[in-house]
Amino acid sequence: MAQFEVEIKPENLVYGKSPVLTDAPMHFCPGCSHGTIHKIIAEAIDELGLQERAIGLSPVGCSVLAYNYIDIDWVQAAHGRAAAAASAMKRLNPDRLVFTYQGDGDLAAIGTGETIHACNRGENITIIYVNNAIYGMTGGQMAPTTLVGMKTMTTPDGRDPKLHGYPFVVSDMLAHLPGVCYVTRQSVHTAANVRRAKKAIRKAFENSMEGKGLSFVEMVATCNSGWKMSPTAANQWMEENMFPVYPLGDIKG
Amino acid sequence: MAKIQGTLVIDRERCKGCGVCVVACPVKVIALADDVNSMGYHYCMMAEPDKCVGCASCAIVCPDSCITVYRQKNPNA
Repeated sequence: MAQFEVEIKPENLVYGKSPVLTDAPMHFCPGCSHGTIHKIIAEAIDELGLQERAIGLSPVGCSVLAYNYIDIDWVQAAHGRAAAAASAMKRLNPDRLVFTYQGDGDLAAIGTGETIHACNRGENITIIYVNNAIYGMTGGQMAPTTLVGMKTMTTPDGRDPKLHGYPFVVSDMLAHLPGVCYVTRQSVHTAANVRRAKKAIRKAFENSMEGKGLSFVEMVATCNSGWKMSPTAANQWMEENMFPVYPLGDIKG
Repeated sequence: MAKIQGTLVIDRERCKGCGVCVVACPVKVIALADDVNSMGYHYCMMAEPDKCVGCASCAIVCPDSCITVYRQKNPNA
């Protein structure tokens, strides 16, 4: 089969690194979902033309260094308090896009109160919640979102509901609050899912800028190091085990 | 003769060899190299460049944004 060389020129470009991402190599483990989620946030900000007007709030956790990778203004909030800090930020700067980026340990454990009350007040912010069912940065301990029977460093025999309670399904709970205008659960393990997740982030950012209320985007993600699997096996495991408990799709709005 | 041909420009030093792109490719173009980059990762590469259709699935799922995709119509077709 005769072939021809594709010319490397801007007219032929299909997909490249977003200009809102910096050139710094990410510190995340190979195959970590955080990298993909950072990328689609950068792309959504770029498409909406909000790079100069976006303020992100990074959590405590693996994604604490988000300010190194996405080239916008960042504030690093105290553990779990990103939603409270974002509320203040948005009230003082109503023309800015204010969003938080939080993991499940940050949002669903130490920051549950701040999150629920920010949602109940209907602040015009976006919360991006990365749920990988484990504490990744501290070495793979049980999180509130850990699945029943899932083995972690602190539940070596698997999570026992009698002792540790049940997985905390945050999004469905928040969807009941009238201040929340949009709740969705997405994933980034396949190209189709990444596209859908990016659309969801765009919609959430647009809601925030239009003052419709709080938008909540949950990302069901992998932590292959914490789960002790290869990146591709972790994606497979997530499909089989995480999705039945955390089903994908729009919950509200 | 293929009507559309794609090609990838891979930043080998950014690649961490996670292999997510290998699974994502619908036409099995990508493989991990036997060689390693300066970080010791088996970076991804085009094992069968002729098959690439430039769909960008690999680049979209890449967590480290190390793949750039180009696509062109065959001028001879």
